[in-house]
Amino acid sequence: MTLDYYLYLAALLFTIGAVGVVLRRNAIVVFMCIELMLNAANLTLVTFSRINGTLDGQVIAFFTMVVAACEVVVGLAIIVTIYRSRRSSTIDDASLLRR
Amino acid sequence: MTTNNGLVYLIALPLFGSLALLLLGRKADKWGHLLATGLSAGSFGVGLLQLSQMLSRDPQARPVTQKLFTWINVGSFNVDASLLLDQLSICFVLLITGVGTLIHIYSISYMSHDPDRRRFFAYLNLFIAAMLLLVLGDSYLNLYVGWEGVGLASYLLIGFWNQKPAYATASKKAFVMNRIGDMGLSFAIMIAFASLGTVSFSGVKEQSETASEATMTAIGLMLLVAAIGKSAQFPLQAWLGDAMAGPTPVSALIHAATMVTAGVYLIVRSNFVFDAAPNAQLAVAIIGAITLMFGAIIGMAKDDIKKALAASTMSQIGYMILGAGLGPAGYAYAIMHLITHGFFKAGMFLGAGSVMHGMNDEVNMRKYGGLRKFMPITFVTFGLGYLAIIGVPPFAGFYSKDLIIETAFNAGGAKGIILGSTALLGAALTAFYMTRVMILTFTSPKRWDENQHPHESPSLMWIPMVVLSIGSVTSGLLLSRGGTLKTWLAPLFEKHSEHEELLAPIVVSGLAILMVAIGVSIAVIKYQLSDVANEAPSNVSIFTRFARRDLLQDDANEALFMRPGQALTSLLVKTDDVVIDGSVRGVAKMALSSGAVLRKTQTGYVRSYAALILLGATALIAAIWVVTQ
Amino acid sequence: MEPLLTIQTPETILFWVLAPLSLIAAVGMLLVKKAVHSALLLAWVMITLAIFYIAQGAVFLGVVQVIVYTGAVMMLFLFILMLVGVDSSDSLTETISGIRPIAITAAIGFGGLMVSLLGRATLGREPVGLETANAAGNVEGLAVLLFSKYVFPFEAVSALLITAAVGAMVLAHHQRTNIRPTQREQSINRFRSDSLAGAAGLPGPGVFARHNAVDVPALLPDGTPAPTSISATLKARGDVISSAPFQLDNVDTTVAEEK
Repeated sequence: MTLDYYLYLAALLFTIGAVGVVLRRNAIVVFMCIELMLNAANLTLVTFSRINGTLDGQVIAFFTMVVAACEVVVGLAIIVTIYRSRRSSTIDDASLLRR
Repeated sequence: MTTNNGLVYLIALPLFGSLALLLLGRKADKWGHLLATGLSAGSFGVGLLQLSQMLSRDPQARPVTQKLFTWINVGSFNVDASLLLDQLSICFVLLITGVGTLIHIYSISYMSHDPDRRRFFAYLNLFIAAMLLLVLGDSYLNLYVGWEGVGLASYLLIGFWNQKPAYATASKKAFVMNRIGDMGLSFAIMIAFASLGTVSFSGVKEQSETASEATMTAIGLMLLVAAIGKSAQFPLQAWLGDAMAGPTPVSALIHAATMVTAGVYLIVRSNFVFDAAPNAQLAVAIIGAITLMFGAIIGMAKDDIKKALAASTMSQIGYMILGAGLGPAGYAYAIMHLITHGFFKAGMFLGAGSVMHGMNDEVNMRKYGGLRKFMPITFVTFGLGYLAIIGVPPFAGFYSKDLIIETAFNAGGAKGIILGSTALLGAALTAFYMTRVMILTFTSPKRWDENQHPHESPSLMWIPMVVLSIGSVTSGLLLSRGGTLKTWLAPLFEKHSEHEELLAPIVVSGLAILMVAIGVSIAVIKYQLSDVANEAPSNVSIFTRFARRDLLQDDANEALFMRPGQALTSLLVKTDDVVIDGSVRGVAKMALSSGAVLRKTQTGYVRSYAALILLGATALIAAIWVVTQ
Repeated sequence: MEPLLTIQTPETILFWVLAPLSLIAAVGMLLVKKAVHSALLLAWVMITLAIFYIAQGAVFLGVVQVIVYTGAVMMLFLFILMLVGVDSSDSLTETISGIRPIAITAAIGFGGLMVSLLGRATLGREPVGLETANAAGNVEGLAVLLFSKYVFPFEAVSALLITAAVGAMVLAHHQRTNIRPTQREQSINRFRSDSLAGAAGLPGPGVFARHNAVDVPALLPDGTPAPTSISATLKARGDVISSAPFQLDNVDTTVAEEK
């Protein structure tokens, strides 16, 4: 096993997350798939930092985690607000721009 | 070649007159005609001055030039707007301005009742200026400017009374058929520039020895096409008969003496081209021969006096073209016939105008008869012109026509015999139809209605006719005795002809006179000695019927060109509508329909947009994958 | 030149055990009906990733992954799921036509291309490993970088954190639409309602019954179960147990002798 296998794993996780964003209808599950994609990116960064022998990759992964946390906070607050006014958590219902 | 700064006045005077009369408008109505006539006479005066100066120089130094301005200077193509006056041009200059001034004088009286007289004189002056530019140009391109100018003047003058749709159509017909000839001149200029690099006469002359015969033949044939168009030769002759719709002075000046002879000028001026391309020269001679027969046959059946004279013009120019197509031996005789023809044909047209003036603008000769008593001066001048044209010695036509027939026979071989015989037969036919005109108009018993009061024309009208008839009588003798004109023009023609006499000149003259006598006697028997019907009889032979219909030339033109042309035009219009407009509409429709299709991607659903983003990312990765392959 | 990094066997075993598990969990996250199950599967994937981080020498990051990501972020997800509705699950019928084939094709294309690209790519160097980088300890190494080279992004990210917190507060703030009723008004309303049963406040669960479970309804003075004593969620789920067995007359009231 070489370090490439970590990269393949990350690519596959990313793909699964992307598919999940497209296919699932519950807003929160979509959000969770986005988190999965971010995690896959983090794995890639850590693997590369190990390949290069510097810690820069880990620092960037750290920042990614912080930003992901902020994004989750704000995003979930938005979902809650929408749920309160529309009583629905399906993202298909947010289609006012249609026609 | 020396420079002479007086040449520009030849053109500038009538041009100024034309512009002044056109721009001043109605204010010049009272005196416009006098100014125009004066300027035309002034131009004639300058021409005489130039002639006297030229006579005082020795033959090699006679040509003079004047550069007006640098016209085109593009890369290797340099054309200056320059004038060239040499022995050939001076003949034309004097003919144009002389006959032109006489016709100006005639028109003062002829057009005195017309409210648009000033405009008429403006166009006449314009014509004089353009024709002078044509004969004074020193390159094919300068000649072309004058060529176009006379075409324009002809159009304006034929359709002068444009209130009548038939006249306007006639002028359009003339212009369009001239245009076809003009295309030939354009092509000749293009070929000259493309293969020789120059379009000036001297330049082409220099290169004519070394250029390939194919190039010279091509240029020669294109020049022949131009001459055919302008001089109403076969196959572009249909416009000349219809051009008689213009006022008679126009017919006299343009369609007898000057414009239609421009084709002959072009061919003689381009003698170096034709001498280097024997095939083109043969084509010229053949066209001349065909046309002279054509015009003679048509002339025999025409009852309209002007159309009969027009057919006669067509035939006589055929003689000139035939002469020009016989090589260096014939050039001088073609020009001689041109000058003498200018005198007698213009005189006869003015006479016809005088007859029409006296007979209330009636043109049908079957309604004339016996006018000899009522219009004696017209009868005498017309008669002198008639004697000249049929070739009775010692009048003008005898010398010039005879010399052409002689040269035709001397061309040798089968060609010479065919051309010479055609010319001889043409002489007989000419004698026949001209005698017919004379008899029907002047000597046969009167056939006109009671409300006609024929009278002699005013002095301003018969004085020019008298002057011209003097020319008809004397010019032939003057120009041919001792080979005057031939020697005068000799320095222009490099190659000198070999004199190979097939028949002695006296034999040719005798044959010609015999032909003339036959023609005259047949006409006398048919018309003078028997009754002439008032209306054209309908039980005539098939030949007469064909000749009355101009030998079916209009029908042929319609079938070959007009109807296919109309079909082509309607096809093009339909193509424009369906294909071009259709494709423009199709583009609009395509935009709308593609918009309708693309609109489906804007679903408003977040997930479909996410799917699109995913697809885009996949495409990107695929591109990277392919590129790094 | 021999590679500077050799991967030891324990790591190999670790990878080949956990990687398939995480993949199955990720796929399962897509396919399960209930959202709570998806959240739990995602948590498992994150823990697996944390283990990988530690195995690769990013010790600090692995710990942070467990604490922050799995602990805080996933729990936040679960809280919101509870708030929004645990029952909410996606129906199987797809509303946007044609999106399933497109998504699956795109996924296969994307994944396949990525993997093959990564397989073909060469870095131009051999893997170095984090021995020297972690020489002074992973945390110290990270700290050195964080406060020297990446200090500006660090400051920016902290500003982002503050903004996110304030934003969440603003978004979640619930504006009252009516005037807050005073104590006096509340009391009046209580007495003016249909029955006097709620006059002294709602009965808590199990007040009149001998069972204080959440899913056993309280009894009203006339012996009937009080409908307002059970949470609506339980009622909707049908998890309400009858309180009949626990009523007083069925209970043996003799006091057992203390021995």
